[in-house]
Amino acid sequence: MIPFDILVAVCVSYVALLFIIAFMAERRASAGRVGWLRSPLVYTLSLSVYCTAWTFYGAVGYAARSGLEFLTIYLGPTLVLVGWWWALRKLVRIGKTQRITSIADLISSRYGKSNALGVIVTLLAVVGTTPYIALQLQSVTLSFAVFVRAGTDGWALPDVNATALWVAAGLALFTVLFGTRNLDANERHHGVVTAIAVEAVVKLVALVAVGIFVVWGVADGPRDMAIRISESPLAGTDFAAGRWVGMTFLSAAAIFTLPRMFQVLVVENADERHLATASWAFPLYLFLMSLFVMPIAVIGLATQPAGANPDLFVLTVPLSLGQEGLATLAFLGGFSSATSMVIVAAIALSTMVSNHIVMPLWLNWQNTGASMSGDVRKLVLRARRISIAGVLVLGYAYFRLTGGSEALASIGLISFTGVAQALPALLGGIFWRGATRRGAGAGLLIGLAVWLYTLFLPSFGAGSVMSAGLLSDGPWGVAWLRPQALFGVDGVDPLLHAVFWSIALNSFAFIGVSLWGVPGPMERLQGAQFVNVFDHSSDAQGWMQGAAEAEDLLIMAQRILGGTEAQALFQRAAVAQGKTGYLPDTTPAFLERLERELAGSVGAATAHAMVGQIVGRSSISVEDLMAMADETAQMMEYSSQLEAKSAELERTARQLREANEKLTELSVQKDAFLSQISHELRTPMTSIRAFSEILMGGEDLRIEDRRWYSSIIHDEGIRLTRLLDDLLDLSVLENGQVSLNLQPANLRDLIDRAVAATTEPKGDGAITIHRDRAAENIELVTDTDRLCQVFINLIVNARKYCTADAPELRIDARRQGDGVLLDFVDNGSGIPKRSQAIIFEKFARLSDRNAAGGAGLGLAICREIMGRLGGSIAYLPGQGGAAFRVQLPLRPPETSAPAGSQGEAPAQLNHA
Amino acid sequence: MKAPSPPRPVFLARHGYRSRRMMDLSRLLPVAGLFLFLLPLLHQADGPVSTPATLIYLFSAWFGLIVVAALLARRLARVDDESGTTEAGREGGP
Amino acid sequence: MGSNVLLIEDEPNIIEAIRFILARDGWHVQTHSEGTSALAAVLRARPDLLILDVMLPGRSGFDILRDIRACAEIAALPVLMLTAKGQSRDRAMAESLGVSRFMTKPFSNAEMLAAVRDLAAR
Repeated sequence: MIPFDILVAVCVSYVALLFIIAFMAERRASAGRVGWLRSPLVYTLSLSVYCTAWTFYGAVGYAARSGLEFLTIYLGPTLVLVGWWWALRKLVRIGKTQRITSIADLISSRYGKSNALGVIVTLLAVVGTTPYIALQLQSVTLSFAVFVRAGTDGWALPDVNATALWVAAGLALFTVLFGTRNLDANERHHGVVTAIAVEAVVKLVALVAVGIFVVWGVADGPRDMAIRISESPLAGTDFAAGRWVGMTFLSAAAIFTLPRMFQVLVVENADERHLATASWAFPLYLFLMSLFVMPIAVIGLATQPAGANPDLFVLTVPLSLGQEGLATLAFLGGFSSATSMVIVAAIALSTMVSNHIVMPLWLNWQNTGASMSGDVRKLVLRARRISIAGVLVLGYAYFRLTGGSEALASIGLISFTGVAQALPALLGGIFWRGATRRGAGAGLLIGLAVWLYTLFLPSFGAGSVMSAGLLSDGPWGVAWLRPQALFGVDGVDPLLHAVFWSIALNSFAFIGVSLWGVPGPMERLQGAQFVNVFDHSSDAQGWMQGAAEAEDLLIMAQRILGGTEAQALFQRAAVAQGKTGYLPDTTPAFLERLERELAGSVGAATAHAMVGQIVGRSSISVEDLMAMADETAQMMEYSSQLEAKSAELERTARQLREANEKLTELSVQKDAFLSQISHELRTPMTSIRAFSEILMGGEDLRIEDRRWYSSIIHDEGIRLTRLLDDLLDLSVLENGQVSLNLQPANLRDLIDRAVAATTEPKGDGAITIHRDRAAENIELVTDTDRLCQVFINLIVNARKYCTADAPELRIDARRQGDGVLLDFVDNGSGIPKRSQAIIFEKFARLSDRNAAGGAGLGLAICREIMGRLGGSIAYLPGQGGAAFRVQLPLRPPETSAPAGSQGEAPAQLNHA
Repeated sequence: MKAPSPPRPVFLARHGYRSRRMMDLSRLLPVAGLFLFLLPLLHQADGPVSTPATLIYLFSAWFGLIVVAALLARRLARVDDESGTTEAGREGGP
Repeated sequence: MGSNVLLIEDEPNIIEAIRFILARDGWHVQTHSEGTSALAAVLRARPDLLILDVMLPGRSGFDILRDIRACAEIAALPVLMLTAKGQSRDRAMAESLGVSRFMTKPFSNAEMLAAVRDLAAR
């Protein structure tokens, strides 16, 4: 017999070996040499977490109790795997494109990134998995106990609870070490997966070895084995058809919905093609695992004393037949089965708990927003580690609570039924676009409630949680509500009863509520992406283009993905957009991508909430959805044609309206212009006519009056002539008919000329002109006459309108770039602000103090001239007096400025 | 809005036709399996069935299913590659 | 029959001409050349007749006329309006405001004198 301490030593060294293997695999992966780490074989072997201690020990017990029925537990998964083209392939693809981290994340993401669903599924998974973890702990302690009981006396029976506690602690340590190395739950846990693959081999070898020993060592080959079976109590199998179908269904559903199966099947999948291999290799593994179950059970029943626990035949048969080495191997196989299940389940559950419960709570609590707070990575990792410990504590607590009394198989089936409640929402989600969030929620909650009521709570035994009275008579004596005979369905196997009612009511609620309600935009978008995952290789986008929050997003991404990775992601996106630096435009495509990256770490709902918190805008509009949904594509096209037509009409109407407004405006301007011209012409003519008639009257006019009146007629005549000159000048300038007479000149000479031309011989109204002749020494090419005309006008204006007692005009000239700036500043009262805008308009005389008889066209002409010369003239406010700034290139541009460049329609003067 | 995909040809090339039938077969496989696995239920009309015989039958059916699945998986993996439906989400081959 | 005429006009030469024409006929002519204070000037001078230009600095002749017609003391004052913007719209505007006579510049001296006499005789 194996001494207990040697067994412990074997066990510890085996665990140490697993640690080393996991550690080496991580090292290899981080060095980039993934190679066989992600081969189809490792993937297939990792799927063997399906085969837990329940399978390893429990299947034999199941066979010993119920005959062939144990096979259903393997046949269901086989059907799902060989039918991979239906569902698994789609599931894996969705998991990859949407960066799904867990089954809760999948359902949450599918139904509009609803965190409520994520929470429900997480709770379901925790409640459903806890008994299963307890089951593993129980199997390990039971197997220890077998060795001790069988061992030589003197060995005290070890404390079963202490063993379970140690195992749980060790598993927690391993899982924390290798399961939470990186935050990205969507990344492969190479260490864990490799260790699990090794354990898969150990359990297969162990079981097959025991089987071979039984068939060829105990019995005399297969033929003898068949005879032994037919002579055993299991010779004739009385199929319970309902259970046969129900168990097959349940085990098939488990492949989809068990959190640990989802973890290895979808999340840890490195390559979709591995699924093709697994589709036959995993059924083959199951085939081999179950091949010797019946022989072991039969031999066990034959050789072991009556009342021996058939769940432990795998151990007790070789042990009692003196095969201690084989027994140790079998023990390691069972140990492997238990540990691999617990490790993967703990990783899967911790991801769910941290992403769907801890993070949302934290986000809620952090009102300031994700970008403003501390390191999210540490928080999430800590949440995951604590969750792992929590899950194991829960499992241990359940183990203590039930006292390990239940048969292994029944605990497993209770778990299966619990997690199977996610099946309708899951399959409906990936195959039916009409499935809604409310439908999924209703189905899940009802399924969960029925499962708890009909199976989970009664499983604690009558009188513990549910009273015996409740079980036999129903609540308040309502018979049709009896937990194990719902709606009067009596006399059925309790498990089958629970499976039937929970799945049926779940599905009805799911389908009914889905049909009745209307999904929201985000649900429909996600639904289409999930259901049509093979068509939608290009992503439909869930975000709208918006203002720049790239920096905030980067800050947040760094907190979750880590600095280097986040910066690389942002830089890649920026480069793809043709930008440099780290801040890409927050296009819908980029947001979608970023959200998916984040989802790989914290789950879809949380990632969506975090991005939404920063971007702060509605992520998707009904219009976007319409654009994406192919069922509405045709309608869209039709309505977009209509839209285009009406847009065109609208455009035409707007053009017409604009043209009409323009014409009206032109007409108004023309009227005003004509009326101005009329006024300017008639006013001098009035004086001329009146005085002419007076003179013609020849009355008793004094000679000096006569002369005075004649001079008035003369002055008004000159005024008329000047007006006509100005009008013609402006007309020519505005029509662009003027040809510039370009010649080289010195600015100083031109100003000299202008000053000389404006110096009145009479000397009245003199104005002092200040100049810096040195600064004016600038050579330029221009139309000298035209430029002089502008200068003269400005000097005359200053003299005419400067209100100062001692009028002064300062002329500043300076080079600026390849041009000249000339300021004409007087010391008068300047021009009020409201008038500054109109002084360059025609007839914009501000007062009628026009002693010299200007028609108000001077500045308008100046502006036209400066435009022709490639420069400009503007009023310069804030200079004390009136100030005009003339800007002039050293050489006019090659092509003279286009007609009407100053904003005046040349047509105006044509009308005049 | 997504550009409309070009209309599919009415007649596929022989190769495409074969691979489509492979997919059909692959979809049918679990149905066939279910049928095979439920068959023993029919045999028990007159009392319990023989366990060894049923065991041999079930394991044979099971193994047959695995063999067919293995053959199909090889073909389909190739089809999947060629049809280009898996361009997204690839992270490199084994 | 009164003999006081108030002339509101901003062109010095035109003021000169009208003053000469009317003074020669025995009218007493007061002048004002700005728009904003025109109403006050009318109330101060209390003329028998007002000659009002349309284009005035500060306030247009139309606005002044509207003020006069709204002011009870001088509402009945005969107003002869002069304009250089010979547009029919201006005439219609003036008539709607209650002008007594509307004349377009340039005018003949006789025409002006006749109009003044006619209006004053009413």
